[in-house]
Amino acid sequence: MKTLTKMTCAAAFGLAAAFSGPAMAADWPDQDVTYIIPFNPGGESDVTARMQEPFFAKITGKKFMFDYIVGAGGAAGWSQINSLPADGSTIMGVNTPHIFLQPQGGNVGYETDDINVVYIYQITPFALIVPADSPIETLEDYIAKAKAQPGAITVGGTGTNSAPNVAQVAFDAAAGITTTYIPFSGTSAVSAALLGNQVQAQWGFTTVGVNQGDEVRMLAVAMDERHPLFPDVPTFKEKGIDLVDGARRGVIVPADTPEETRQQMSDVFAEINRDPEMQKMMEEAGYVLLNVPYSEMDAYLAGLSENYEHVAELLGLNQ
Amino acid sequence: MLDFVLSALTPLNLFLAIVSVVAGVVIGAIPGLTATMAIAVLTPFTFTMAPEAALITLAGIYMGAIYGGCFAAILVNTPGTPSSIATTFDGFPMAKRGQGQLAVNIATLASVFGGVFSVIVLLLLSPPLARVALAFGPPEYFWLAVLGLALVASLSEGQLLKGLLGACLGLLVAFVGSAVIGGDMRFTFDQPALVGGVNVVVALIGLFCIPVVLDLITRRDHHLHVPEEPASAREELGAAVGILASQKVNLVRSASIGTLVGALPAAGGAIGSLLAYSEARRNARNPEDYGKGEPGGIVASEAANNGTVGGGFIPTLVLGIPGTPPDAIILGALMVHGVRIGPNLFAEHGDIVYTFIFGLLIATILMLPVGLLVGRYAFRLIANIQKTALIPGILLMTILGTYAIHASFADVLMMLSLGFVAWVLTKAGFAIAPIVLGVVLGPIAEQGFVQSWLIGNAAGNIPAVFFGRPISIGIIVLIVLGLLWPVYLSFKKRKPNTSRSVSNAAL
Repeated sequence: MKTLTKMTCAAAFGLAAAFSGPAMAADWPDQDVTYIIPFNPGGESDVTARMQEPFFAKITGKKFMFDYIVGAGGAAGWSQINSLPADGSTIMGVNTPHIFLQPQGGNVGYETDDINVVYIYQITPFALIVPADSPIETLEDYIAKAKAQPGAITVGGTGTNSAPNVAQVAFDAAAGITTTYIPFSGTSAVSAALLGNQVQAQWGFTTVGVNQGDEVRMLAVAMDERHPLFPDVPTFKEKGIDLVDGARRGVIVPADTPEETRQQMSDVFAEINRDPEMQKMMEEAGYVLLNVPYSEMDAYLAGLSENYEHVAELLGLNQ
Repeated sequence: MLDFVLSALTPLNLFLAIVSVVAGVVIGAIPGLTATMAIAVLTPFTFTMAPEAALITLAGIYMGAIYGGCFAAILVNTPGTPSSIATTFDGFPMAKRGQGQLAVNIATLASVFGGVFSVIVLLLLSPPLARVALAFGPPEYFWLAVLGLALVASLSEGQLLKGLLGACLGLLVAFVGSAVIGGDMRFTFDQPALVGGVNVVVALIGLFCIPVVLDLITRRDHHLHVPEEPASAREELGAAVGILASQKVNLVRSASIGTLVGALPAAGGAIGSLLAYSEARRNARNPEDYGKGEPGGIVASEAANNGTVGGGFIPTLVLGIPGTPPDAIILGALMVHGVRIGPNLFAEHGDIVYTFIFGLLIATILMLPVGLLVGRYAFRLIANIQKTALIPGILLMTILGTYAIHASFADVLMMLSLGFVAWVLTKAGFAIAPIVLGVVLGPIAEQGFVQSWLIGNAAGNIPAVFFGRPISIGIIVLIVLGLLWPVYLSFKKRKPNTSRSVSNAAL
C-alpha cells in the first residue's frame, strides 16, 4: 500500500515535471508573477516596483501581483525568501547596503549568502541635504563647521546601520570630520525634522531633492557625474571626496530557482530598463537607473561586499 | 472654487466616493484589516482612473476605514484600527448595557463632524498649519507621548500601581525587536520572527479581543444586553443628536486636536484620539464616568480620529511629507500618476488638489447615511447572534485578520499569547488600556527622548532641549495639570464634607 502511494506520488511528480519543465524553459513568465515588497506600501521600494509594472505587462503580457512582507527593515521578507516557491512565480525586491549590514548586527534570520540577486535595476544616490534657509551654503561650509566644533552638527537619517547611516560614517571618515547622527523611524519623520530645523542636515537621497523641492538645498550628491535633474549640485568627487554610493534596488529569487529562469528574468528586467519612458519616469523622480545583469552579479556583489566590510567596521559592527 | 465643487460632483466621482466610503467602513470594521492595508491593496485599481478620481477613491476608503473602526470597538471591544482604541473605553461598556445602537450613532455623528471639520481646515488653513507641524521636533513628540501615557494615571484611579505595571508591560512589548535608534536587538531571544518587533495591530487584536472571547466562553451571560423594547431608529438618532449638542465644546476641541496631531508626520492617528480622550476627560464635569460608558468619551475619540484624516493631508499636500501611513501610499499612487508631489503641488495641480478636497468632503458627509444604516443592523446582528456562533466567528476574524497583516503565522501566535496573558491579567484586576497605551506610545516616547538627548548633547545643553522650547513647555503644563487635577478635585470634594461633619459635630 505504502509503496503504491509512493509510486503514485513519483508518477505524479514525474508528470508535473514533464509538463512544467519545458514550459518554464520556453519562457519566463508563464504566469502572473508575485512580486513581494519587503517594505511598506507607498515607500520608495514599492513605488519603483510599481513603476516597472506597466512595462513588465507590455513586454511579457503577464502581470505583477504585489504582496508585502514588512518588518525589521526588510529582514522579515528576506529571511523568508528561500522558503517561497522556486518556480519563477515569486520574486522579491532587495536593497543594498541592507543585505550586507543586517546579518552582521545580529541574527536576522538570513545570511548575505542566502540571498540570490538576479538583477539590480536602480540606485538612489546618497545626498547631503540642508534646509533652504540654512547658513550652511556649500559642502565646504559643512566641513569647516564640523571641523570647528566636532560633533556639533546634527544630521538626521532613517534608522541605525541603515543606508543613510552608511553615508554618514563613510563621508565623515573620508572628510575627517565628526558629526552627530540622529536616527529617525522613517522618511517622513526625518524630512519633517529637517524642514522644521530640528536637525541641521540630513543624509538622504536625490529623491528628497525632488520631493521637497525649493524647501531644501542639496550640498552634494554621491554620483560619478551630476544628476540631470540637479545640474547645479556638485558631486562629492568634484569636491575631492571619494563617495559614490547609494541605496541599490534589485530583484531576488528563492535559492532553488533554475539558472535558466534567472537568466530570463534578468533579460526581462534589462528590457524594462531600456524603455525610454521608464528611463524618463525614474529620472524625474530622482532615481538613477543601474543595470547589473545576472551574469555579472557575483563579481558586482563581491565588490560591494568588500566596500561594506570597511563601512561595517566604521559603524562598529562585527566586533 | 465652484468649478472644483462641480467637478467633484460629477456622477463618476460621486459614485466612487460612495463606493469607497462603504468599502472603507467594512474594512475598518474588521479587526486586522487596516486603512493602510486596504489602500495598498486597492491602489493598483486606481491607476487607470483620472488622478482626482483616484485620490477621491483612496481618501474615501481612508476616511471610511478610520470611521469603520468604531463598530468593532463598540460591539466587540476590539479597535478595528489603532485609531479607535479610545473608542473601546466607553463604547463597549455602553454596548454591554444595551446602548450599542446609541453608541454607534454617537460615533457616526462625531466621526462625520471630525472629518468635515478637518477637511475644511485642510481647505482653508493648510499652509500655516503645515508650518506649525514643523515646529514639533523630537522633544515635542516625547512630551506628547508622555501626555498620552499620563492618561494611565487617570484611567486607573484607585488602581494606580496596577495601571503603572500594565503600562510598563506595554512598554516592554514595544521594546521587542531591533531598535530604530542604536540598532540593538532587544528581547529577540535570537528568534528572527521577533526582529521586526511586535506589530501594533497584532498586539491590539490580542490584548483587546482575546480576553473578550475568553470571557464569553467562561461566562454564562449573554454577550451584549439587548433592551426589552428597542427604541425606534428615529428615537435613537434623536438621542444621539441630543448628546452631541450637549458636547459641543468637546466635539470642537477633539476635532481640533485630531486635525493638529494628524498634521504631525511622526505621530499618527492613535495618539490623536488618545490625547483628545484624555483632554475630554480632564475637562468633563463627570470625569469619574469616563471609561464606564460615558458618551463624551466616544465623541472625543471619534471626532479626533476622523480629524486626523484631513489633518494628515496637510503636510502631505503642502510639504510632500505624508502625515500618516495611508497618506504615504496615496502619495506613492500620485507619483505613479505622474503628479509631482511637494511644495509645488497646489500651484501646479491646483485643479486636482481642490477637486480632491471637495471630493473628500462629499465622501465624509456620505458617511452619515452609510453609518446610520450599517449601525442599525450591525448592533442587532452582534447582539442577537447565538454565542455559539459569535465566538467562533470572532476567533476566525481575529486569526484571519492577524495573519493578513504580514502573512505571518508567528504574528498569529504572538496575538494569541498576548491575548491569553492579557486575559489572565484582567482576572488579576489589571486593565487592558494602560498596557495598550504602553505599546502604542512607548516607541514615540523612546525615539523622541533619545533623539532629543542626542541633539541636546551635540549642542552641549540637554536640559534646554527638553525644557526650553515653548511648545514643549505648553505640553509639560498640560501633563502637570492632568496629573494634579484629580488630586485637586478630590481635595475640593473632601473639603465640604469635612466642614459638614464639623458642623454636624457642633450641633
